[in-house]
Amino acid sequence: MAEIIQEEKGKKGGKRRPKKHGTRIDMTPMVDLMCLLITFFMLTTAFSKAKVMVITMPDKEDHNTDKNTPQISAFRTLNILLAGDNKVYYYIGMIKPKEAPPALVKTDFSKDGIRKVLLDKNRDLFTKIAEYRDKRVTGKIVVSDTTLENEIKRMKRDDKKGPIVLIKADEKAKYKDIVNIIDEMAICNIASYAIVDISQPEKDLVKNAPK
Amino acid sequence: MPKIKPPVRTPHIDMTPMVDLFSVLLIFLLLTASFRPQEAAVITTPQSISEKQAPDADLMTIFIAKDGKVFFNIDNGRDTSTHFRSKLLEKIGEQYKIQFTKAEISKFGTMSSFGLPIKDLKTWLNSKDSKEKDKLQIGIPMDSTDNQLAWWVREARLTNVGAEVAIKGDADTDYKTVKKIMDLLQDNKVNKFNLVTNLQKQEVNLKDLPPSAK
Repeated sequence: MAEIIQEEKGKKGGKRRPKKHGTRIDMTPMVDLMCLLITFFMLTTAFSKAKVMVITMPDKEDHNTDKNTPQISAFRTLNILLAGDNKVYYYIGMIKPKEAPPALVKTDFSKDGIRKVLLDKNRDLFTKIAEYRDKRVTGKIVVSDTTLENEIKRMKRDDKKGPIVLIKADEKAKYKDIVNIIDEMAICNIASYAIVDISQPEKDLVKNAPK
Repeated sequence: MPKIKPPVRTPHIDMTPMVDLFSVLLIFLLLTASFRPQEAAVITTPQSISEKQAPDADLMTIFIAKDGKVFFNIDNGRDTSTHFRSKLLEKIGEQYKIQFTKAEISKFGTMSSFGLPIKDLKTWLNSKDSKEKDKLQIGIPMDSTDNQLAWWVREARLTNVGAEVAIKGDADTDYKTVKKIMDLLQDNKVNKFNLVTNLQKQEVNLKDLPPSAK
């Protein structure tokens, strides 16, 4: 304690001295100052460093040569059209010029929206990865973080059944829509997805889509 | 019967533990502090589940504000003696035939993000009034006739070869603007982007799988 207790002594002496008080230091200003400093530091420090989401786009130059474009089966292709305003449309397959356009299904970014569709399509791979993770959590297998990552990567690469998702954003889409949808890909463990430009027939489809 | 009054004393709270606690907090904060760099515009980043941390050095960041204004920032590199910013400004000055003085170059080296046409850069560096400075920040022009952002990116890539690119966009920016910037970056052979996001945990487990249709 910040007080000095002094023994009283010498009462017998003839001189009457004023009674001595223990000196107490008033700490309130110190506390005030510290409070201020702490508040200041709390407000100015960037505690958590920014988190980033990494996306890698294919190189533009090889993109232009048609020979390199991989052939993908139509029924595995899931096209997601982002129309802004929390509206997401999707269709399966591709638009062929002479046939009737595929039916567009409207959904949104909620838990029962596009995620359900993606999970349903990606059932096999998702179950595999989730089971692997569960085993690790429950301690049935002991692997390091990097092994886990590599194993998941390998599972994704070997996957032959999951959807190939093409993400297409139209003019009204916001940046957060793109981030949200890439995030959904990460949540649902989609093995292959790409952000591609929207085509004119698809724009028309969105325009005429059910509201 | 008269009540027995205890002698009145002013209550004295012992503040020492409080002071101790505050000291500990203060020291902790002082040691962990990394100051938030001043940013030219308020940007609310979108949320994602990504837990990957942004690299703390060798990073070039492109800020996209809600209204489509674009700002640029590059750090001095992990080894601060490299002075990437100063070098970059010199190169850009050469490119646009603007002579920057030594003082201007070293001042630029200590600053952070900026978003203004190159012709205003000198005024901005020499201005003392922060309001005036903010007025000059109208975003880096990136129209096809004079794509200054492309120059900044190109020169920055040449100055700091190992720099990664981060895009910090506002959640409500139009995707069109972001796309334009991504295209510009891809023209400069940047194919890997770090999109700066806010962490928001979301758990999806096996039980969340929709019942199979079979």
